[in-house]
Amino acid sequence: MEQQHAAHHPSVKGYLLVFVALGILTGLTVALSYLPISHHVGIALAIAIATTKCALIATFFMHLKTENRGITYTVLVGLFLVIVLIGAMIPDVGIVQK
Amino acid sequence: MSHAAAPKTTTGIPNGKLGMWIFLASEIMLFGSLISSYIVLAMGSPTFGRPDTALLGKPLATINTFVLITSSVTMVMALASIQRNNVKALLGWMGATSFLGLGFLGIKAFEYHHKIAEGITITSSLFGSFYYTLTGLHGLHMLGGLAFNAYIAIKAMRGAYSADHYERVEYAALYWHFVDLVWVILFPLFYLV
Repeated sequence: MEQQHAAHHPSVKGYLLVFVALGILTGLTVALSYLPISHHVGIALAIAIATTKCALIATFFMHLKTENRGITYTVLVGLFLVIVLIGAMIPDVGIVQK
Repeated sequence: MSHAAAPKTTTGIPNGKLGMWIFLASEIMLFGSLISSYIVLAMGSPTFGRPDTALLGKPLATINTFVLITSSVTMVMALASIQRNNVKALLGWMGATSFLGLGFLGIKAFEYHHKIAEGITITSSLFGSFYYTLTGLHGLHMLGGLAFNAYIAIKAMRGAYSADHYERVEYAALYWHFVDLVWVILFPLFYLV
């Protein structure tokens, strides 16, 4: 039974690795914001890093990796609707060229 | 064997867990609608009024991000403890999580105070409106998480949880991680880009 437990629940070492990864990514995204890179590249990198961090938290801390797929699909519905929302609003406001 | 007590459901997911995830999915829509309005208006409005980067307090917000990420780790350790039937460790890690959560709110309050002194208020610009609405809503969620944690701690002290029965600890952890996740998105939006 102990072995079953160990197989079912992720190890503490795994959690700590995710923690280290989250810390490094946070440091990276802050460091990038101080660098003289173009505004658009900066936004793209910040979004990419934030998305990676969210994926790490959801996959490992919230256990989506080992959970029933139905839960992932439930969350994806919410994410999809947010993307629809952004897409639906952009034509209304437009994008100002800076 | 350890999960034999959980009743079978047609989805294969315990009802409480599915309920929590559906709630979190609705929370994605709540924050998603505000965040998407922020993104669209930040890109499209010529009078968005984003303050100078120096006024935003980036170092303090970075510290706060680390505080919240650390609290997610302590929360996951709390769950791992009760899965190994260690109530004392559960209480210790829960205490650490709540302490870090309070620390986050304390730093946030300090930040609000400074921002208001700098003239960034909820009515000063579109940026200010979004900043206080979104971080305020996030702060309220933190308070909710702290209340949930306190409930779990009180129940744990009364011996409600064990390696065979820790569902609510898991739901509290899911909620806490979600609130952390929202901050991971808010942080670059308000302080970095």
